[in-house]
Parts: sequence; structure tokens; C-alpha cells
Amino acid sequence: MSHTPSPAVITPRLKANTIANMLKRGVRSSGRTLTDYRPTDIVVGYVQNADGSALVRLGNTVVVAGVKLEVGSPYPDAPSEGALVVNAEFMPTASPTFEPGPPDENAIELARVIDRALRELKVVDMSKLAIVPGRKVWVVYVDIYVLDHDGNLVDASSIATLTALLNTTLPKVEVDELGNVRVDRSVRVSPLPINNKVVTVTVARTENVLFVDPDLDEESVVETKLVIAVSDDGRIAGIQKSGSGGLAEAEVLAALDIALKTGVNLIKTVESKVSEAASGHSTSTLN
Amino acid sequence: MERPRLIREDGLRHDGRRPDELRPIRVSIGVLNKASGSALVEYGRTKVLAAVHGPREIPQRHMLLPDRAIIRCRYHMLSFSTHERKSPAPSRREIELSKVVREAIEPVVMSEVFPRTAIDVFVEVINADGGTRTAAVTAASLALADAGVPMRDLVVAVAVGKVGGVLVLDIDEVEDMYGEADMPVAVAPSIGLMTLLQLNGVLTREEFREALKLALKGATQIYEKAREALRDRYMKVKVEE
Repeated sequence: MSHTPSPAVITPRLKANTIANMLKRGVRSSGRTLTDYRPTDIVVGYVQNADGSALVRLGNTVVVAGVKLEVGSPYPDAPSEGALVVNAEFMPTASPTFEPGPPDENAIELARVIDRALRELKVVDMSKLAIVPGRKVWVVYVDIYVLDHDGNLVDASSIATLTALLNTTLPKVEVDELGNVRVDRSVRVSPLPINNKVVTVTVARTENVLFVDPDLDEESVVETKLVIAVSDDGRIAGIQKSGSGGLAEAEVLAALDIALKTGVNLIKTVESKVSEAASGHSTSTLN
Repeated sequence: MERPRLIREDGLRHDGRRPDELRPIRVSIGVLNKASGSALVEYGRTKVLAAVHGPREIPQRHMLLPDRAIIRCRYHMLSFSTHERKSPAPSRREIELSKVVREAIEPVVMSEVFPRTAIDVFVEVINADGGTRTAAVTAASLALADAGVPMRDLVVAVAVGKVGGVLVLDIDEVEDMYGEADMPVAVAPSIGLMTLLQLNGVLTREEFREALKLALKGATQIYEKAREALRDRYMKVKVEE
């Protein structure tokens, strides 16, 4: 059962009031403008044993996403297409309020929002993931782990997911005469086929002020968030209103404009990081 | 199953509706005896029952808030409500929708009137034919009204879809399954607030604007039905002979 959350981390009322009052004047506690996105640091291929991975630092929020490819059976309604599974976990390392255990409603919502955006925009070309059509296909597991929580987990996760998918390569497979599939992960034959690119951009609302990419302090005064999935060609690939408030029609449209502009730029950042990593070596680490 | 023709040659939809036409909407209020409030809402063949218990005290006192009531919500599908039997275990979809429905009704509930209590909203999908979350929001808000919980407005919801390139109102399961986009919207019309907004699919900015306009139009019609149902239930003075 879903219930009204208690304030996750109690923010002192004085601090919360200050943040809210500043926002009303268009100023943010971090010094950012309302449409400033935090600096994003992306480490492409952070996890060597994954088939594709990325570590993303969005301000002080840290998320690692990894892709694992497994040989599995196709869905009966799409016998010659691969499958996609997205899961997210909020690790106890990320916040004193995160407990170990199965994903809660927030982690499930996050994973499903990213899953829908990937699916609807056909980010991964599933039609090219059949190994033995009708019998064996690639199943693309995207697992997202939130390591450090300083707000806006959805965007950080979506950036990590896109980067990890762009970093993914298909291993060599051999099919014998009986139809058995053998995977040789030491040999990489091609990149994961990608059709389109997508990231989410979160626009938050407090009082009547809209601002992008809320940090954790700001989230303590945010009632309503609009998570908007933006494609590389500037279309809307998904929306999710989150939080226990509402938005006026004009606010939704204003949030959309902020998101479309920000999202297209974010995707460009991801693309340049990925091609940079492909040509040289990425040296960043967690610290 | 083969992809059915979603928009017919005459411009009507597979079930004969115009693009901007709702399914027949039926609303019954106070259908349960023991709940504080209840409502049964039907959008065509989609049938959703909502019951409200409370405001009440609960054993899980650590969940309660000192300045307002908490709202607890469960969106649940009966095992036989869908084509394939739905496992009784809560699915990831149900967990997400419980949150989404709660967050759709929370903005209108004056929870500050009942600190340290819980208002429980149970939504049961009895038959699913598309638009169950939107019918759930409408039913939940009417059940809250029936329970006498003070509210800033009613919330009503409807989905707009893009099928065969056309924006259509109140999509059913076939249109959801084979269409290009599904956008559920919940509105509190009198206070001009959108309390649920999801988009599953790809739209341009212009298409989104139009879809939103269509959703608000549909919501206004459902709002009238909802208010009429409340008036029928409570405004008629019954005179005993």
C-alpha cells in the first residue's frame, strides 16, 4: 500500500523556509539559476565485467548503471525480438533513510519511467537481437544502483542508463547444430544496436516557481515534480508527474520547454563522452 | 491477435466512437455498507470500485504525521479482471499505480483537518478494459467525498491516446495496446490543477498541447457526471409519505 511519506531527512524548518523563500525570488541555495542543470560527470565503462556501464555524478548524486546481456527466450508475441528488463535499487550507501531489501515504490517508479521511455522510443533495436529467431534472443538487463543521494535520482539514473547502453557491446555467440548457444564474452562483435537516444529531465515546483534538477535540500520543499523524457530529436518520450501536489496547465507547458532544451543538450553531453571514451581512455573514478 | 483497424474509413474509432467521444460513463455513490465512503465508476466495460475507511487511527503509529492525516492507497486488480489471470501478488505496475493514484488525490484532500490519522483508499479493479487508473482516480475522489472528507475539489481523470495518428479521448484496452501513445490525466477542474499526468509514448510538443486540451475537455464532462451523481445521492430530500 502506498502512503504519504514522512519527511525522509528532517530538514530544519529555518533552512527549508530559506530555500523556499529564495526560490520565490528566483535564487537557489546552490547559486544556480532556475534553469541551471548541475554539472554532470560521466565515466563510461566504469564496470569492466559488465557488457556496458556508466558511473554518473550529477552534482553530489552518484548512480552506477550496468548492462548485462543474457541468452533467453523471446516473448511469444515478439518471437524474433530481444527483451529489455530495467530494474533500480536505492542502495543503503546512498542515504541513511534507504534500507536494504526489495525495491520500494520510488525505486519501482523510477525504473518503470525509464523503462517506458526506452521502450516507447525503441532506443534499443530489439529486432536485431534475435540469435535463433523464435527460440533464442538477447535479453538486455539494465540495472541501476543509486550509490549516493543528493536529489534528482531519476535524471542521474536515466543519464547512466543511456550511457551504459551506448557503451554496450554484443559478445560473440556460436550456435551448434542442435541450436545450443555458446557465448564468448572475451570477443566483442558489435555495439548494441541503438535507434534513438533519450534522457529524462526533472522540473520541480515549489509555490509557483519552476526549476530544473532539484538537489536533496530543494527536494525537501518540493511538492510536485514533472519527469519528462526527451528524445535526441526533441520529442517528448514520456512524462510522469510525481509528488503529492498538482500543476496548472501553463506550468506543465513551461516545464516542457525547459525540459526539451535541457534534455537535448544532456544527450549531446552523453554522446561526446561516449565517443571520447571509445577513442581513448576514461580515467575518472568514484572519487 | 492481429492489429485491428483503429481508425475506420469513416473517421470513427474501432468501437464506433468519434475521436473526442467518451465511453458511456456510469457513477454510483455509496454502494458499500461498512466503508466510510464508496463509489463504483464505469468507463464503458472498465469497472472500478473504491472504498474509503477513515480518517481513523491505525496501529502503525510511526507512519502518522503530527500536522495532517496520511493517505494510504492501494490500487489492486482482481485476478479475473483481465484477459490472462492476474497473479494475486502485487505487481510492479500495481505498486506504481498505488503511488500515482495516491498522488492524484492527495492535492485536493484537506488532510490538515485530521492530524495523526490515516485515510485509507482501496481501489479494486473489477473489470479492466483500458483506463483503469483514470477510473480509479475518479472513483477514489468520489469515495472520499462520500466519506465526508473535506476536499478542495473533486478529481476526475481520463486518458487521451494517439491511435492511427489521431488523438482520441478515453482510450480502451485495444487502443492502448495497439496505439502509439497513452496519456492519462487527472484534473481538479474548479481549482485548475492537474494532479496526475503520465505519458507512455512519443509526442511532439504540439501533439502534447492538443492531447492535453482534449483530456481537459473530457475531464469536464466526467466532472459533470460526478457532481450529478453526488447531487443525486445527497441533495434530494426524501419525503416520507
